[in-house]
Amino acid sequence: MFNHSDILQTIDMIDHQHLDVRTITMGISLRDCAHNDIDRCARRIYDKVCRLAEHLVETGCAIETEYGIPIVHKRISVTPISLVGESCSAADYTPLAQALDRAAQECGVNFIGGFSALVHKGMTVGDERLIRSIPNALAATELVCSSVNVASTRAGINMDAVALMGRIIKKTAEMTADAGGLGCAKLVVFANAVEDNPFMAGAFHGVGEPECVINVGVSGPGVVHHALQSVQGQPFDVVAETIKKTAFRITRMGQLVAQEASRRLGVPFGVVDLSLAPTPAKGDSVARVLEAMGLEVCGTHGTTAALALLNDAVKKGGLMASGHVGGLSGAFIPVSEDEGMIAAARTGVLCLDKLEAMTCVCSVGLDMIAVPGDTTAETLSAIIADEAAIGMVNNKTTAVRIIPVPGKTVGDCVEFGGLLGSAPVMPLHRESAAGFIARGGRIPAPLQSLRN
Amino acid sequence: MRAIVSVIGNDRVGIIADVCCLLASMNINILDINQTVMKNFFTMTMLVDTALCAEPYEAVHDALNRKGEEMGLSIRIQREDIFHAMHRI
Repeated sequence: MFNHSDILQTIDMIDHQHLDVRTITMGISLRDCAHNDIDRCARRIYDKVCRLAEHLVETGCAIETEYGIPIVHKRISVTPISLVGESCSAADYTPLAQALDRAAQECGVNFIGGFSALVHKGMTVGDERLIRSIPNALAATELVCSSVNVASTRAGINMDAVALMGRIIKKTAEMTADAGGLGCAKLVVFANAVEDNPFMAGAFHGVGEPECVINVGVSGPGVVHHALQSVQGQPFDVVAETIKKTAFRITRMGQLVAQEASRRLGVPFGVVDLSLAPTPAKGDSVARVLEAMGLEVCGTHGTTAALALLNDAVKKGGLMASGHVGGLSGAFIPVSEDEGMIAAARTGVLCLDKLEAMTCVCSVGLDMIAVPGDTTAETLSAIIADEAAIGMVNNKTTAVRIIPVPGKTVGDCVEFGGLLGSAPVMPLHRESAAGFIARGGRIPAPLQSLRN
Repeated sequence: MRAIVSVIGNDRVGIIADVCCLLASMNINILDINQTVMKNFFTMTMLVDTALCAEPYEAVHDALNRKGEEMGLSIRIQREDIFHAMHRI
């Protein structure tokens, strides 16, 4: 028989600490959907996604009921569409995004990721067409997420792509201005993007992946926060051990759900992504975990060290709990999606420069940050370049998901609703980086790239 | 299939009897029971076997939920694997 208190502890985690499986994401290869006629290509994409993901949502719901564990999202990631669309003669890939959108609606998932291009070393014709289609595609669809990888440790930073992405983000914000620039919340610019990330908006199904795969993203900042309440004032060794044990439990649950979903759907299990993904709900915040370590407000001095410990302990605890760990794995710090981050940003304690420092030690980057609508494309590009440099030099994934909110300025707030939350518009340095961005070319790969 | 039925809420006379009757009516066998009352707060966990139960899992789940609402308690059923995964290596 199980220990009575273990069972009650699990139930308490689910009921009061927001324990959940954040996402079951089905990765689908669309490499066999290419066609020179874009309408035929779109049809193939729609048919294949609907065929393979037909039972994804109902399977997720059945597991949810049987195990009594909430599975918040069921999602789909696909082959970067630049690769699938490359054979099309059309210059605008929006119809392919619309096919993905229709397929996602049909399958009942809440996001589909992969309107993506990997251009860290250079752009093919298809890559550039895809990137230039992004503003239109995100304005014309509801559930499609887009990402572009502009840098890697091995290839350096493609500064032409960085410059282009600044302009694309601006245009995306303008084309979705009536929704506060919502399109930008579904657009991620990566360095060292991973091929098996189950989390949106950056999920895509990499070229080294199988035909179809199930990846699971776990969560649980609320559970970690609760666990830290019992070790108040104790040394960091104890804090790290406590987080590791908690992460282990959370990940074991994620592994079980992943294996079960994989078995029922007849699709191979890929990875469990060990991430602490917050939501705007009270008690589900990464910022509050950092504050529980003794910081008055997230963003003050000490925040980077606290986040480094958290990120490392989550990985160490989760690693042994799962057969295959992958994706982004670490702590997420999306400002608008984290109740504590929103509060810290509102007070001005959490600023962009501190967030940038925090991205050196966490799993992703500048995430869901609202900035003034009059921010120039060059400034956005310079922010991307800084993040890409951190990722490139530190051999880690970094990302920028930034929203220049049309018509808003510092002090305003933008509501995206649901899990995307609300974001206070944060100030940026006003000094120009236009001359820096205008140079173009590539920043060479660092010494760390020569690892053979 | 083995599952855990958990009952949580304010204590009163007849909770175990009511839950056991419902389980018996669905031909669900109780393998083990653990129950405590702390400061009038009732918690019970039961290991049950649903192998002989003809009802689909969802119907059992819903029946227990409804019973919980009726009695002003939280009653749920979860497959035992979830607890095994989280608390045993």
